[in-house]
Formats: sequence, structure tokens, C-alpha cells
Amino acid sequence: MASHDHANDHAHDHDHEHHVENFWTKYIFSQDHKMIGKQFLITGMFMGIVGVFMSMMFRLQLAWPDQKFAILETFLGKWAPEGQMDPNIYMALVTIHGTIMVFFVLTAGLSGTFSNLLIPLQIGARDMASGFLNMLSYWFFAASSVVMIVSLFVETGPASGGWTVYPPLSALPQAMPGSGTGMTLWLVSMTLFIAGSLLGSLNYIVTIINLRTKGMAMTRLPLTIWAFLVTAILGVLSFPVLLSAALLLMFDRLLGTSFYLSDIMVAGELLHNEGGSPVLYEHLFWFLGHPEVYIILLPALGITSEVIATNARKPIFGYRAMIGSILAIAFLSFIVWGHHMFITGMNPFLGSVFTFTTLLIAIPSAVKAFNYITTLWKGNLQLTPAMLFSIGLVSTFVAGGLTGIILGDSALDINVHDTYFVVAHFHIVMGLSAIFGMFAGVYHWFPKMYRRMMNKTLGYWHFWLTFISAYGVFFPMHFTGLAGLPRRYYSNAEFPIFDELQDINVIISMFALIGGIAQLIFIFNFFYSMWRGPKAPQNPWKSNTLEWTAPVEHMHGNWPGEIPSVHRWPYDYSKPGYDEDFVPQTTPLKDGEVGH
Amino acid sequence: MTGLLMVVVLFLAVFAAAQIMRIYELSVKVRQEEEYVVTDKDNSNQGRLMLLFGIGLVVSFFWMVAAWDELALPKPASLHGVQIDQLWDISMGLIVVMFLIIQPILFWFSYKYRGNKANKATFYAHNDKLELIWTIVPAIALAVLIIYGLTTWSNTMNPSTDEEPMVVEVYAQQFKWTARYSGEDNTLGYANIRLIQGANTVGVDTNDANSGDDFVATEIHLPVGKPVLFKFRSQDVIHSAYMPHFRAQMNCVPGMETHFQFTPTLTTAEIRQDPEVIAKVERINAIRSAKGQELYEYDYILMCNKICGSAHYNMQMNIVVEAQADYDAWVKEQKTIAETL
Repeated sequence: MASHDHANDHAHDHDHEHHVENFWTKYIFSQDHKMIGKQFLITGMFMGIVGVFMSMMFRLQLAWPDQKFAILETFLGKWAPEGQMDPNIYMALVTIHGTIMVFFVLTAGLSGTFSNLLIPLQIGARDMASGFLNMLSYWFFAASSVVMIVSLFVETGPASGGWTVYPPLSALPQAMPGSGTGMTLWLVSMTLFIAGSLLGSLNYIVTIINLRTKGMAMTRLPLTIWAFLVTAILGVLSFPVLLSAALLLMFDRLLGTSFYLSDIMVAGELLHNEGGSPVLYEHLFWFLGHPEVYIILLPALGITSEVIATNARKPIFGYRAMIGSILAIAFLSFIVWGHHMFITGMNPFLGSVFTFTTLLIAIPSAVKAFNYITTLWKGNLQLTPAMLFSIGLVSTFVAGGLTGIILGDSALDINVHDTYFVVAHFHIVMGLSAIFGMFAGVYHWFPKMYRRMMNKTLGYWHFWLTFISAYGVFFPMHFTGLAGLPRRYYSNAEFPIFDELQDINVIISMFALIGGIAQLIFIFNFFYSMWRGPKAPQNPWKSNTLEWTAPVEHMHGNWPGEIPSVHRWPYDYSKPGYDEDFVPQTTPLKDGEVGH
Repeated sequence: MTGLLMVVVLFLAVFAAAQIMRIYELSVKVRQEEEYVVTDKDNSNQGRLMLLFGIGLVVSFFWMVAAWDELALPKPASLHGVQIDQLWDISMGLIVVMFLIIQPILFWFSYKYRGNKANKATFYAHNDKLELIWTIVPAIALAVLIIYGLTTWSNTMNPSTDEEPMVVEVYAQQFKWTARYSGEDNTLGYANIRLIQGANTVGVDTNDANSGDDFVATEIHLPVGKPVLFKFRSQDVIHSAYMPHFRAQMNCVPGMETHFQFTPTLTTAEIRQDPEVIAKVERINAIRSAKGQELYEYDYILMCNKICGSAHYNMQMNIVVEAQADYDAWVKEQKTIAETL
């Protein structure tokens, strides 16, 4: 521990030398974790607006395929002549919507924001282990966002082969317009993104392992930090594999190699490629792709643990089981990727193995869900907007997780693979849960980020409109999936058997439009509160964790003077023997008091 | 000009909203503490809304099942499909029960334990016995599902039939399907896309002795009750051969051959007589005639279910299942490769 203190003191002295900051070092090339967290959040929100707006456009097409919408021509130009959407741009929209939401919003926007903001503050560190690498991590992400946005404007359109960009479709510019320059930019963007993500993750891991304050044992860490740690480990182990997949795809596209290509005749032209296999790409992609689901979900679950415990005024139920289940989920997430590939022609025996490992994930997931619910039991629930979103997360995590038991079963997957049943499943369990976790985090830690409070009433409106429309969009999709409706169809009109699904599609789209527009409430609340919201008190939610002992005004090094030391776990809420219903981690144990 | 006006209006609207917010916050502050503080009244209101939502969720679940259950695919028309649907019903039954237990509890607790200044939460940090129960019970349930699932999967993917299956190749390309039948010898002749030339659209090697009796068709015909082994090839990108009525699907991957075997059990004529299907067709035709579209007759279909390009949404082929005699008659009409190339 002595060496920690030394390092911290050093950081503190260091801080005094650089007292004067200009606009550039403070807001742009900041190395302060709190500012970097906010940069991730704002960039993520911007990308989120783009991603959600895209989904609203393609929902217009799906609900009212025969109608012309002038707004489509305004935004899509030549891709929607007279307001009639072109099939190619439809596929581009679903592709970029997926890419942006999965990587830019729910990976960088969620994990980047809260890992950066909370890791040093909750473990009691002056900053990240390397402020410079942390800054680089953001700027790689920013550059990748710029490249992704630029790719929307190229002549042949952005990448359109689905967010998984399976070759040969994504490898051959002849196969579809979106596989031209747009696809190259997609790969460049993802390469930058992965570089940024790795820098960030390594930093998080090193910081959590090495820079905990005195008394902050691993078993006294808030569950947020456990989630961020495990998420970062998942990222470090799996993102490089996606990088290799992307590089090989780039070679196939630009250098004429045949990693993924063999025996192809496209647009009347016979290609020379021989010996490669698209299935190799699928394995490499999903080796990241499945852990990625948990890279998205775990931080949201961590945030929820913290928000639920604080607002239930109760300890999180089964703290050690919660850590155990995070670790179990993380471990299993590395050996289940094949459940995305049951019907790719993979050996059926492999399918059996992946079914087995996949269904096992339900066990630690069930433990988490039951523990959340038990945490609510006999609580004194403070229903803040953050708490509502956290309860919403538990609801969607359960609703979406259960259908995973169907899809993880290879025999059942055969008939619903790539239908709307899958779209419903992963949006509910991963998309909604993660975005709810992100909203919960923003409402809860906004005072820590911007020193002001968000408006509660607008928060309530935002929650209810979002929650209702979220279920309104994704629950009915199970039924279109059961009718056999494939995803990524530009129009269902070519199959009369799907004619009777049109009413459901209209309902889904209406909820999607309501849900999308409701986000304006959040954006308004966010920016209004940032400048005009009431000043935040030191500890607005009466929380135990360390970040609320730091001064409201931001400072380099987080705490003036000594870093507080920690004497207990973070969940001593409503502990018998104390007058207040919370006991901050910095409070020493009383004589004879037992820790958790 | 309208653009500029829009921007000005938008700006003014945001500005007005901000002012209203300010007034609202100040008025709250006059009455009580800061706006962001959650009062007992808030807890009470939000708790009630949570309960209401929980009830709404369960009610709308039942409403959706009642209203939309009929939209689901009709009964399976293949041997293994029946097994898959049984497994489906059991798994679905289980998860629906879990859904209907857990969700009401969650929303009930959110209401029941809504905060109140007079109350204090119960300090209850863990209970090993309880946690053990909800680890072991799901583990047992899943063990059953895994064993049942793997048995079904194994039966589906490695069907043991005494009868030798009929071999049919399904050939995918942007954006159409072609079927190649193996003919009397039940063996497909060698084919490769490098041999594609003129009328030889699927690249059959005409020198291969097995290829002479093969024939190519634009519609799949299958004799009822006879196992059929589909072999899939793709010419360009990945496609997926999705035959939902038979609970069958397999990707078509360029550079490799994939396969899927099943036994159709109901002829097209028989499934058209199924009451569920009759009702479905009636509903669809009501919609179609209102729009002045051609009336629909129920058919088995093969559709593409892996994104493959601009006309992905319209890559389909009809499948006809018929009695052996009708099938034989259809085969007689087809021209073999030896005759056409």
C-alpha cells in the first residue's frame, strides 16, 4: 500500500505544477478522466442520435412501404427519389444503425463514459494509470466516429452487408453498392475503434488492479467497478480477434488475397480466388461478437447494481454471488460464439457443444435477476429516474434473456434464425437493457459530471415514454418472427403470406417514432441541466461510494489533500445501529461491528 | 428561406421550453425543496405507475397472444418439424411461465416497497440457502432442456432412415434459386462455377457420367413421405435457404457444400385443406382484394434469409409436395442435362 500512497502523492504534486489550463488542454486534449468520460458521453450521444434516427427512417419504410415521405428525400437525397426509399439504402441504414448502436453508443458511449468517470473516483485514485493513453483512447474513438460518419456520404453509399459484414458480400464491390468505398471506410473506422478500445481497456485494468486506495480490497469494490474490470478484460481478449478479421477482410478487398473467398462468380465475372472460407470470417467475427454482447451488457448491469442498492436503501443482495455471476458470464461468453452459426454448415456436433455452453449462461443470469429482485424486497425504494431505468433494465433483461433459452437451442434456432424473433430477442436483452443502464447512469451521475442536477419531472416523462415504446416496438416482433418473417427485408410485399403482418409493422413503427421523439426530452433535459440546472449538493442520493466524497467542483487529482481510505464495503445501507440509512465507505467500523 | 425560418422557429421553441422549465423549477422551489428531490408523493405516484405498467404488460401479453397467435406458421409439414415444434412448445411454455412469474413480482415489489420517509429498509445482505436454490433449480430445468434439445438436434441433423434419401441440389445466386435433381442414378454430377457457360447456368461437368440424367428446374417438386437430402451451393455470396413450413434452414456458402435432410409429410393439396391454413388464406385474401391485388393461394416456399444484396427481399422459389405418381409425371416432363446441353 505504501507504494500506492507514494504514487498518489506524486500525482498530487504534479497537479500543482500544471495549475493553469487553457481551453485546449481542458476541453479538447484533456488527460483528466472526468473530462474524457464526458467526451465519450457527448460523442456517444451524438452517434446515438444518428443511429436512432436511421432506425426511424427504416421503420417508416417497413410500415408504409408504398407511401412517399418527403423527409426521406431531404435526408437521403438520391437514395430516396421523391421520398421512395431505395433497397440499397435500406440495407445501409440497418447496417450502420447496428454498427453505431453496438459499437459507438453501447460500447464506447456506455463503457467509455462510465469506466472513465467512475473507476478513479470509486476506487480512490487521482486519475487513470496513464492519462495520456486515456486521451489517445478517446481520440482514436473520435477519429473512428468521424470516419464512420464520412462513410455515409460516399458516392456508392455506406457499408450495407448487415452489421456483421459477412464476406463475400462485404468483400466484393460488385456484389452490392455498399461494398465499395463505404465498406473500406467501415473497416478503417473499426480498426481505429478497436485501437482506441484496447488502449482504454488496458488502462482500466491497470488502474483497477494497482491504484485502489488504502483499504479498498477487491471484495470492497462497488459492483460497477467489478463490471468495468471484467468488461475491460473481455475487450482486451476479444477485440484483437475482430481486428484480425477486419484486416484479413481488408486484404481480400484491396490486395487480392483469398482468406474468405473461394469459387465465386459475381455479376457475370469469374474471380480467381480459391481456397478461402467465409465461415472462417464468421468464427473470427463472433469470437468477438458474442463477448461483445457482454462488453455492452456488463457495465449496464454494474450501474444497475449500484443504482438499485442506493435507491432501495438496501445492500445489494448476494454481493459475492453477483461478482461470481459476472465472472461466470464472462468466462462462458468466450465459449458460446458458435450459437450464431448453427446453420452455417458448421459440423452439427459443434452445434451441440455450443448449445450446451450457451444454455449454461442462463444460470448466472438467473442468479443476477433474482438477486436484483430480492434487493428490492423490503426496501425503501426512492423512485428517481435512474431507479426507474434500473428497474426497467431488470424487466428487459428478464424478458429478453428468457427468449435466449429458445435461440440458444440449436434445434429451435433452425427455424427462427435471422427472423424478427432474433431481432426482438437481442434488442430487448442487450439493446434495451444496455441503453436503460446508460440512462440510469447518466441520471445518477450527472451531478458528478456537470455539478448540477437533472430535472426529475422530465426524467419521469422520458422514462415512461421510452419504457412503453420500447416494449411496444420489440414485443410484437416476436410474433412476426414466429410467422417466419426474415430480418433485413426491404419490403415484405413479395411474399403474400406476410401480408397479414402489416398491421403489426405499423404498430411497431408508431412506437418506434414515439420512442425516438421521446429522446428529445432527454436531450433537452441534459443540455438545459448542464447549464441551468440547480447546483448539486455533495451527495445528492445519499450514497456510500467514494465518488460522493470528492468535492462537487472538479479538480485534477479528484480530492484535495489525502485520498480518503476505505473501511467497509459500499453497501451498508440501512444498517442496524446507525441513525442514517447509509454508511459511507470512509466510515470506520464501530467497535464490535462486523463488516459484510 | 423556409430552412432558415425553420431554424429560427426551432431555436425559439428550445428557448421558450428552457424558460418554462426555469419558471417551473422556481415555482417548485417556492413550495418545497429542490425539484430533483424525490418526495413521498413522487415515490407513491411512480410506484403506482410501476404497478400499472406491470398489469399492462401482462394484459397486453395475453392480448397479443390472443390476437396474433394465428399469424404463426401453420403446423410443420415435415417429420422432424413435428419434433421441433414439440420442443418449441415445451421451451416456450417454460419461459412464458417464468415471464409471468418474474415480471409481476418485479413490478409488485416496485410498488409495494415504494419509498416513504417514515420507513426504513430491511438490512438483508445475503442468504446462501436462497441463492443456492435459485442456482440449482434453473440448473436442473436447463439440464432437462439441454438434453431434450440435443436429442432433437441430433435427430434432425443426422436422420436415420432406412430409405436412401433423394438427392436434390439447391443452387443460390443473386437473386434466384435453381434446383438440380440427381435423376435416376440419384447421384449429382460434378459441378463447379468455373464450368458455367451459356445454358449451363449451374456449371455442371457434362463429361461426368453422373451428370447426364441430372435435370435443372425452377421449382422444387418433392414426393410426399420420401426423405430428401438437399445439397446447397452458392455462386457468389452467402445465402440462406429458409423453408419455414418444413422447419428447415441452411446457409449456402460459396466454396463449400452444405446440406440438410428432411421428409415432407403433407402434400401441398393437403396443407391447403388444413383449417388453420384455410383461415389464414382467407384473411390474406381479404387484405389483398381490398387492395385490388391478385388473390393468393397457399404454397410452400423457399426464401433467402441471409442478406445478399439489393433484391434479397425477393429471392424465392416455390416448393410443391405431391403424391409419388404426380411427382413421377412431373419428372417425365423435365429435360435432362444430356438432352439440353
